[in-house]
Amino acid sequence: MAVSGVAAWFIREVLPLEAALMQFLRRCVRDGSDVADLRQDVYVRVYEAAQKKIPHPVKPFLITTARNIVIDRVRRERVVSIETVADLAELEIAEDRPGPERSVIARQELRRLQAALDRLSPRCREAVVLKKVEGLTGREIAARMGISEDTVDEYLAIGMVALARHLHADGTDAGGAA
Amino acid sequence: MIEVGNEDPWKAIGASSVDATAARWLARRDRADWRAADQAELDTWLSASTAHMVTYLRLHDAWNRADRLAALRAPMRETPVVPDVHKRVSQPALKIAAVCILAAGMTAALTYRPVPRDVTYSTPIGGREVIALSDGSQVELNTNTILRISGGRSRTVTLDKGEAYFQIKHNAKHPFIVHAFGHRVTDLGTKFVVRGSGKRLEVALVEGRARVDAANTGVHQASAVLTPGDVAIAIDNTVSVTKKPATSLADQLAWRAGMLVFDRATLAEVAIQFNRYNSRKIVIADPAVAHLEIMGKFPVNDVALFGRVAKAVLGVNVADRGNEVVVSKSAGK
Repeated sequence: MAVSGVAAWFIREVLPLEAALMQFLRRCVRDGSDVADLRQDVYVRVYEAAQKKIPHPVKPFLITTARNIVIDRVRRERVVSIETVADLAELEIAEDRPGPERSVIARQELRRLQAALDRLSPRCREAVVLKKVEGLTGREIAARMGISEDTVDEYLAIGMVALARHLHADGTDAGGAA
Repeated sequence: MIEVGNEDPWKAIGASSVDATAARWLARRDRADWRAADQAELDTWLSASTAHMVTYLRLHDAWNRADRLAALRAPMRETPVVPDVHKRVSQPALKIAAVCILAAGMTAALTYRPVPRDVTYSTPIGGREVIALSDGSQVELNTNTILRISGGRSRTVTLDKGEAYFQIKHNAKHPFIVHAFGHRVTDLGTKFVVRGSGKRLEVALVEGRARVDAANTGVHQASAVLTPGDVAIAIDNTVSVTKKPATSLADQLAWRAGMLVFDRATLAEVAIQFNRYNSRKIVIADPAVAHLEIMGKFPVNDVALFGRVAKAVLGVNVADRGNEVVVSKSAGK
């Protein structure tokens, strides 16, 4: 894949803010189940905006985009809860609070990864451990576990999504929701 | 490609169908039989929608960061695995000791005194060596390093070049002294790493205490006592001290296990680090890519692996030109 400048920017500048973004979204959405969808919508909008012009600074832009998306949804669904309105007003002030995202250090990241591993099903965990801890290839893992390489890929893919979720967790999202 | 199913494991982790498809692409992409046609298919999928792209990038980033799990492989700290080097190194030291004893025995009769000679240890580019000193202290030399142990005074050493990690048995009566790049480091019971070049000395303290005295220019001599996590830089007659988190110090010392660890380092910095260890040099041909950042852990001597990762993650062009690995902006797309 040829990673464009925007893609590199997205990885470098936007993804590290995911914990803050998720925190914001969770406060806006009461039931919590739509948070991943909203995050996706925010990323799409931010990415498309960046293709025209890289926004700077990133965090206020990200949060403003998130707020607009939440407001759009509230309007569309015509179900405006008082809580949502109150939160959106409050968050305008609160958003500039320094988030933990910049201070996420290696050890913390390792802890999160371990926590994510612990939640995987045993076979899935085994595949991810053989890949990332032992550094085996897919073929070697398949041989070791006595399964096809396709199944190995499937386990790794599931593990990948679970790890991504935990890496960006801010501590309140213990995973497993939805 | 693969039809996105509704299997339970995906639901259990709250994955959308785009998540599942992107993750399967990423898993498949690592396979040995990945072909240009597969890449083209992936590129088509990625360009079909921004949602595909951002999902892919997000999972890709997480999957790369999961490489940190390799740290769980072995408890590498405090256990450098180099027993045979110990033997090889202590051998000449024994011989010297024998010569000294012999010489001392003859002194009375012949009034002959051997001139204490410096013992010099050096490593080539990419080399690493552990020196066990007679007092139980240990010094590990990193790549391209020269260390002299002063004759007759085993607790005084001079780092002429490169980088060394010291684990010193403290002795209040006989402080261990490292002369380096015009400055002086005095152990006060310690593990520390010393490196530098020219007149610049950098000391990072891992454990215990140490004192750094900047070069004495006759006008004013600066010194600083370091506590764990402190990084001192001495230039001319000044010493400045900053605090680093323990993880960052551990990353900096990963060379003891033959690794380089980068935590969002620019390609320019990465090239400097790799080039310390390899005669095959990384050349950043394009200022446009020099500031791109990368995270990861690499064997110090695996320039090729780094090239592959840079290409895959940053989309830069990596060309192998014999003794040089040239990194430039991707020509296509």
